[in-house]
Amino acid sequence: MPDQIIKGRSIVANEWQLLRLAEGQEAASVAVPAGKTIVPLAVWEAQRETLSTRSDIGVWLAPDQRPEVLREDLPRFGVIAVDFPKFTDGRGYSIAYNLRMRLGYKGELRAIGDVLRDQLFSMQRVGFDAYDTRKDRSIEDALKGLTVFSETYQASVDTKAPLFRRHHRSASAEHKDAGAGI
Amino acid sequence: MYQYDQFDHLIIRERIAQYRDQVQRRIAGELTEEEFLPLRLQNGLYMQRHAYMLRIAVPYGLLSSQQMRMFAHIARKYDRGYGHFTTRQNIQFNWIELEQTPDILADLASVEMHAIQTSGNCIRNVTSDEFAGVAADEIIDPRPYAEVLRQWSTFHPEFIALPRKFKVAINGAVEDRAAIAVHDIGLTVVKNEAGEIGFKVMVGGGMGRTPILGSVIREFLPREHLLTYTEAIMRVYNQYGRRDNKYKARIKILLKAIGVEEFTRQVEEEWADLKGSEQTLTLEEMERIIAYFQPHAYKELPAIDPSAEHAGNKAFGNWLKRNVKPHKVPGYAAVVLSLKKTGVPPGDATAEQMDFMADLADRYSFSELRVTHEQNIVLADVEQSKLFALWTEIKARGLATPNIGLLTDMICCPGGDFCSLANAKSIPIAASIAERFDHLDFLHDIGDIELNISGCINACGHHHVGSIGVLGVDKDGSEWYQVSIGGSQGNNSAIGKIIGPSFSAQQMPEVIDRLLQVYVRERTPDERFVDTAQRLGVAPFKDFVYATPIADAGRLVGEDEYA
Repeated sequence: MPDQIIKGRSIVANEWQLLRLAEGQEAASVAVPAGKTIVPLAVWEAQRETLSTRSDIGVWLAPDQRPEVLREDLPRFGVIAVDFPKFTDGRGYSIAYNLRMRLGYKGELRAIGDVLRDQLFSMQRVGFDAYDTRKDRSIEDALKGLTVFSETYQASVDTKAPLFRRHHRSASAEHKDAGAGI
Repeated sequence: MYQYDQFDHLIIRERIAQYRDQVQRRIAGELTEEEFLPLRLQNGLYMQRHAYMLRIAVPYGLLSSQQMRMFAHIARKYDRGYGHFTTRQNIQFNWIELEQTPDILADLASVEMHAIQTSGNCIRNVTSDEFAGVAADEIIDPRPYAEVLRQWSTFHPEFIALPRKFKVAINGAVEDRAAIAVHDIGLTVVKNEAGEIGFKVMVGGGMGRTPILGSVIREFLPREHLLTYTEAIMRVYNQYGRRDNKYKARIKILLKAIGVEEFTRQVEEEWADLKGSEQTLTLEEMERIIAYFQPHAYKELPAIDPSAEHAGNKAFGNWLKRNVKPHKVPGYAAVVLSLKKTGVPPGDATAEQMDFMADLADRYSFSELRVTHEQNIVLADVEQSKLFALWTEIKARGLATPNIGLLTDMICCPGGDFCSLANAKSIPIAASIAERFDHLDFLHDIGDIELNISGCINACGHHHVGSIGVLGVDKDGSEWYQVSIGGSQGNNSAIGKIIGPSFSAQQMPEVIDRLLQVYVRERTPDERFVDTAQRLGVAPFKDFVYATPIADAGRLVGEDEYA
């Protein structure tokens, strides 16, 4: 099976390998392979001197890590990934929001880990633009998760203005046929 | 009341399509039960003991007669002919088939209703005062702000997988009837000295395993900042709320762990650069929403004494005294239809009763109804001169039990008969107590008292804030009941204190009787049970209740680890 991810709204080849520390491996001593590699934050911090000379390094954050620690380094990364160890852990959504809105990160922001179709719409809203969906599920199906809603109430990273600032809202008679289209 | 525009309809329609697809994928095995669980929960669908239960949102408890008729229709078509109104002003149906839930949602959408975020680890239905808009002591109608929050929180992309559920309540009256102190966020609509509208913001209240009253983190938040400030609270919670233990995951535990001052500092810091952002409410938007909650076309009527023409009718007099509440417009009153008739599980209504209540709303009360957090139904705008006619009609249909605020007006969760979380049954306890005290003169003599029963520590029956609270506990596989007294909701909220070792189901009516005996002996004139209990503390009640064994098929009062 080809290694693919969703980028934007397309399925593309995954050019990045993901480094996760195995048991017993140390952030300071683990070998970072050649080629495009997304390393854990701890590895970046421990091996910053060598890694910062490379142009093919990305970094990933665990849910309990703060994106602010990358503030100075943001332009160095080809990709920043946020790990979702369980799909029920929603901290990654706030990390993405902070990266985009507070830190002004403009590069690829990738969701990794337990990433499933039904999370993608929200992930896209808070600033993710790439999704390394779970390999035991169809990536073509997952793609459908990005187009569930055509309108949203609140502001987020994707739509800076809430619905009430984007549209004149009023309940007019022609829209009272609520059952239509169901 | 609020009416959907094309955007609300669009979002609900797309939601149904999304959910229908999720159900199909579950049935086809493309979603595991573990993966489907949070998806169905965020749509109010629980797996209960016998079947699925579907919880439908009644935003801030307000219903049109048409919506009530839809509940009756759902009860008949998809359930067993009845529904259960909940303490969060919603309705639940207990016998639902998974395959039919998308169709139920489509039916609901046709009357501008849904089941979004009625469960799961997200922002739940915002609750409010059942007398909002009509209460004589109201300062500002809180419902427009509840609606603003409803829309903002619906599918909020960042706050859909919180550490735990999140409940918001808003009060706008002098007396707090929304129990704001036991909510994750409790808002009070207030005016500052300049006459500007804003909110007093309370955070970190809750019941469950660790009952805590909320702390005020801001005395005055100008109303245009409602959403950005709430967002700041939510972001702090989403990042720092505990996720390692579901019993320590509510925001109250975070507040307790870091302290109110530090929590407030974090929220204010988070808010600093949200303040004034696009999410800030515009005057136009506030006026758009407020326009939906304008007063009805009330007639100019004299205020009358509705009992005057029926002075000899004691039953009507009792009903007026307990079930009829003051209205801000002269000549009108708010009427509580009691869903607490002895022999019926608290909060249950049949499809026939729902249709009947809808008809009453059309004929007496501008076609609107409200669900109360005490699990009754309110007709908020009844002409005083029509109260007798209304009473005559509802008496025949079992909705006129004159017990609002009395011992038999219990709050009770579905308990072990339905709920798979429960440790113990709660409805049979309520029933046995109701039967024991099914004597109106006695109930009226005891007066205001809140008896709240939960079948487990999740406290859906609000036992912590009951004048008398009953909590079902499991001990070695059998059901026991722990009793607390002195709890209260509202302006003087308090968490009840446990009186001692727990009791068997059979002992409970006698326990209540003994508590009441102490109250009758000790009370000062016009003192309510809760005031006596708070004044005297647990000791005299405990002494009397445990003084002699309470017979229970040969067993004595059990020692209990929960004591």
